[in-house]
Amino acid sequence: MALMLKGARCIDPQVGLDEVCDILIRDGKIVEVGHDLSMEKGEERDLTGKIVVPGLVDMHVHLREPGYEQKEDIASGTRAAAHGGFTAVCAMPNTNPVIDNAVGVEYVRARANEVGKCRVIVSGACTKGLAGEILAEMGDMHAHGVCAFTDDGHGVQSSGMMRRVMDYASQFDCVVMPHCQDDSLVGEGQVNEGVASTRLGMLGWPAEGEELEIARDIALCRLTGCPLHIQHITTARGLEMVRQAKAEGLPVTCEVTPHHMFLTEDDIDDTYPTALKVNPPLRTSDDAVALVEGVVDGTVDAIVTDHAPHTDWEKDREFELAPFGMIGLETSLGAVLTNLVAKGIIDYDKMVQVMAVNPRAILRQEPVKLEAGSTADLTVFDPSEEWTVERAGFYSKAGNAGFMGCTFTGKATDAYVGGYATMEDGVVVE
Amino acid sequence: MAFTHRHLIDITEYSRDDIMLMLETAAKFKEVNERRIKQVPTLKGATIVNMFNEPSTRTRSSFEIAEKRLSANSLNFGGSSTSTVKGESLSDTVETLCAYKIDMIIVRDKHAGVPRKIADLSGVHVIDAGDGKHQHPTQALLDLFSIWEEKGSFEGLNVGVVGDIAHSRVCGSLLPALKIMGANTVAIAPPTLLPARPDILGADEVSTDMDSVLPDLDVVYMLRVQRERLEGAPFPSLREYNQLFGLTQARDRLMKPDAIVCHPGPINRGVELDSFMADHPERSVILDQVYAGILVRMAALYLLLGGSNDGIDA
Repeated sequence: MALMLKGARCIDPQVGLDEVCDILIRDGKIVEVGHDLSMEKGEERDLTGKIVVPGLVDMHVHLREPGYEQKEDIASGTRAAAHGGFTAVCAMPNTNPVIDNAVGVEYVRARANEVGKCRVIVSGACTKGLAGEILAEMGDMHAHGVCAFTDDGHGVQSSGMMRRVMDYASQFDCVVMPHCQDDSLVGEGQVNEGVASTRLGMLGWPAEGEELEIARDIALCRLTGCPLHIQHITTARGLEMVRQAKAEGLPVTCEVTPHHMFLTEDDIDDTYPTALKVNPPLRTSDDAVALVEGVVDGTVDAIVTDHAPHTDWEKDREFELAPFGMIGLETSLGAVLTNLVAKGIIDYDKMVQVMAVNPRAILRQEPVKLEAGSTADLTVFDPSEEWTVERAGFYSKAGNAGFMGCTFTGKATDAYVGGYATMEDGVVVE
Repeated sequence: MAFTHRHLIDITEYSRDDIMLMLETAAKFKEVNERRIKQVPTLKGATIVNMFNEPSTRTRSSFEIAEKRLSANSLNFGGSSTSTVKGESLSDTVETLCAYKIDMIIVRDKHAGVPRKIADLSGVHVIDAGDGKHQHPTQALLDLFSIWEEKGSFEGLNVGVVGDIAHSRVCGSLLPALKIMGANTVAIAPPTLLPARPDILGADEVSTDMDSVLPDLDVVYMLRVQRERLEGAPFPSLREYNQLFGLTQARDRLMKPDAIVCHPGPINRGVELDSFMADHPERSVILDQVYAGILVRMAALYLLLGGSNDGIDA
């Protein structure tokens, strides 16, 4: 079965492509990219006015299955991903049970094959039960397809243990992705320590609680040679450490979220909006500006959502009792197009780099390029469609969106995974 | 002057005029409290729920007395029997209360932001009787009342607040209230008991040296060492705290002759206050503050519930 995508602007910095052309797909692969292509038999899609890019990858997503299916499951989470224009996500292992062995990995992979609407790249825990005490069976998980290890949700508190994790992981071609949080500094911190914590009368989550572990893990990267990917970086100084580590030639990468770039602690007003309770917390506007600069200058490798669904009843309560996290799969592209691309801060090439090319490279996935022979994982978006973020439009089970009510310009309309449409005209294909 | 507030939740929403009206109204209620029968029918028929989700004796008693003296029907709701303990969400609890067709909720909760959430959910009048480490506006008003009675005005007054400012909801309302009224404020505490940004609260200055600041102060506001709310140990011992930040008898000579001493109670004698200071006949206004609590709470109930003027004049 052939598929022809006609008339879209095709952008892929990997092959230096940015022009209106046609893409011919057969058997899940791109057969030809060119002008006025034709085929004998197959489906043709007119994508005039749209933009086609290599399929977007969100390398930091909580699908919540197994264990927390009331918040999200693999079926709903991957549909949310498809709806947001993503063709692959990396699932975090802090489920119940924790994905810290090959059985768990196989479960997630099997469920994703059965009910998924995008590719699910499985990450495994660094330590058993995310407890930071005993190594998880990384080798076995790697043999079953895991390509990244993380204790996301927790920092590995002991430096000695983190060294062991990185030492051990370095024998596999895998990245270790720390969630940097020094518990003894952060404690029960709720919001950024400073103006927000003082104004709201809640315990602060200091920038240093994150920066100390970033500094430590960069040092351990130097010591062990293990590739390091700092998750959801939020502070200007933390980013500067990554910048210096890269200049030194260390195998260090990092990611930022749209919410840490486009929202700040000042958005947490006296209604105590729990949708804005995230970990790490929303920081200062200076930090947010620095993160955007990091994207521009290449210090930031990936934009990720840290999609963290929760039920309404979990979020609709006292701020200090509500769980951390916001969803982002269905707002990420719109937020980036509106706040970075439309304002001329980055171009489409850069967007593709940080939302598709780099995440695949960090996760050791085959590159997807707009050229013959490549897997046909493609994202199509309408750069001019104006839309407002509202619960009714979500495929996610959850409604804890930090950007609720925002108006964005630019929206994914179609997505293809292995040549099959997962979304057409904004509707997930069943 | 029009008083348009529906709630008393965040003192920073009140203007200088609003606060003066509150204090002047409180002063008028003195007369009621000096009668043989200390009750007026002003709020007869109004139903007020005292929702105390955290142990409190003094604040709740003060509100109850204020409610009773204004003839409101009050219901105590909370304590160890709270529905929250049984797993009910705050929203469901509030909706249940509202189904009783009530007029006002007085709320004390250990979590910041709860009074605002209740106000948004319920639509009835809400008074924050202390939310977490955030605010405690009626405490600030009673403090202002006591200071006003002693000093006559706030403009240019030097007020030092000493102690656990980081974890104090009292300070969360008092410091901004003092700024609104035109006082100069200095926060005096060990760095481990200071919030990240004292300036955001309204502290003009910060000092860790009590002795250097005391001579300038017209009002010395001593905070309680909240032993139950100290995460970790922010100072080595109560003994050392008393040496560095306690208002001891020895510090009396450093103080202005007419400086007064306030404390929100309950006092830890020998920790933040020596008995000499706590019981000082000229300086200590601590019991006046307790009385002021009744007066300003009556004023707040009266102004927020829009009671008729009959009550005061009756």
